[in-house]
Amino acid sequence: MNTMTLSAGEAIPAETKATKPAAEPPSVKNQAVKRPEEIASTVGSPFCDEAKLRMRNVNVFYGEAQAIHDVSLDIGRNQVVAMIGPSGCGKSTFLRCLNRMNDTIEGCRVEGELSLDGEAIYGPKVDVVPLRARVGMVFQKPNPFPKTIYDNVAYGPKIHGIASRRAELDEIVENSLRRAGLWNEVKDRLDKPGTGLSGGQQQRLCIARAIAVSPEVILMDEPCSALDPIATARIEELIDELRQNYTIAIVTHSMQQAARVSQRTAYFHLGKLVEVNDTETVFTNPEHELTEAYITGRFG
Amino acid sequence: MDMHFDQHISRQFNEDLESLKTEMLEMGGMVTRQVADAVEALANADSELAEKVLQVEEEIDRCEMDLDEHATLIIAKRQPAASDLRMVMSVIRIARDLERVGDEASKVAKMAIALTDEGTAPRGYTEIRHIANEVRKMLNDALDAYTRFDVKSAMETLARDDQVDMDYRSAVREMITYMMEDPRSISRVMNVLWTLRSLERIGDHAKNICEQVVYLVKGADIRHGNEQNMR
Repeated sequence: MNTMTLSAGEAIPAETKATKPAAEPPSVKNQAVKRPEEIASTVGSPFCDEAKLRMRNVNVFYGEAQAIHDVSLDIGRNQVVAMIGPSGCGKSTFLRCLNRMNDTIEGCRVEGELSLDGEAIYGPKVDVVPLRARVGMVFQKPNPFPKTIYDNVAYGPKIHGIASRRAELDEIVENSLRRAGLWNEVKDRLDKPGTGLSGGQQQRLCIARAIAVSPEVILMDEPCSALDPIATARIEELIDELRQNYTIAIVTHSMQQAARVSQRTAYFHLGKLVEVNDTETVFTNPEHELTEAYITGRFG
Repeated sequence: MDMHFDQHISRQFNEDLESLKTEMLEMGGMVTRQVADAVEALANADSELAEKVLQVEEEIDRCEMDLDEHATLIIAKRQPAASDLRMVMSVIRIARDLERVGDEASKVAKMAIALTDEGTAPRGYTEIRHIANEVRKMLNDALDAYTRFDVKSAMETLARDDQVDMDYRSAVREMITYMMEDPRSISRVMNVLWTLRSLERIGDHAKNICEQVVYLVKGADIRHGNEQNMR
């Protein structure tokens, strides 16, 4: 009945205000977040000063369906950024925008600004072949070519015209295999098929193949999900070494892996970028409730 | 404040965390009773009760070791993150504080036995009673704030330690006067002093528990006067 005494537009009595908690964060109980619109803009620090890759307001559609909603993110030079989130959250789709791997998918449309060192990735004059040499990729399942170990690594430099003489190629092959931590295991059987290696070795071969063309950025889409813990540890060790020379974006389902290898972590949910923060912050005290719920295994 | 520790996909994980917390609070209850019994024994010259306090002490030590082991197992099996990790960390830290409160209670109990043997009721009991009441309440409120994940109440309880420290210092001054007045009382008053010192330490431990409530809920480490770390 009290409200009757208030005329329209009159201030709410002070005591009513006081009892209302200031901007209570949404509780995990209300977490039946089903639509992307229910997630407000990204929290944390999606931008950084020395951005190698700069993405602004990116939207991705598969036909009518929108897979990525207004994502803005920087990936800093010589930095490992981990992208985590439940299946279908758009993290792989987003990763694949960075070297236009989505171009091969029928009906896939990418909107927004994406640039590598300030050059538009989706510019009209961009040739995707050299782009993919600059932005290499390692996939979930090791996929060596049905060729010798040597040719697996030498193939890229050959077709990109980086090297043609045998001596130059030899050097690139050895260097790349060394950096991928595979040289000692394969140096005596370079002429054997790459498919004959173990899973972990194959994946390191794929990494050697990716770095043979001297990329600037390496994208990794769940590079360890098919590997045993020892092979995984080797790859993680490798990622940390590669960071000295490359910029790395990695999609992973292993939270511990994200925590171990990355400096920054991005959490995706329903095609939205929910939170980006220092990896330490994300795993000890995340800002967003959805991030907290995901990394602590609280999703229903 | 609801921390949603019961909403993991893994029900077993919910149960592990819940039982860790329950175990810690049970230890807290036991330790609180120890403090009360020790002070009671001292006030009533009840050496039997004091002996009981000394016996229960061993049980408390075992509680700490059990809690540590259970927390270690959760880390090994679940690799907890964020609030789950903070929960486990806070339990480990609080268990150590509680164990030390238990130690202090034992010291008070030993003083009770010593003072009973001497037979005379020395001065300083009023001060002991006063400070003992204060720190017992602090300990209760700290554990209560942990149960309810209540940062506000933890901060209020924490602030009360300053008053306890002040009361302790003024009680010490008073005891010094007694000793100067009557040097024959020195050994007895020294026992009272040790007791006061133990009680004051219990207040510090209660304060530490409050800090862990803040760490658990807010993720901010405010130990050693770093309250500015609170967002």
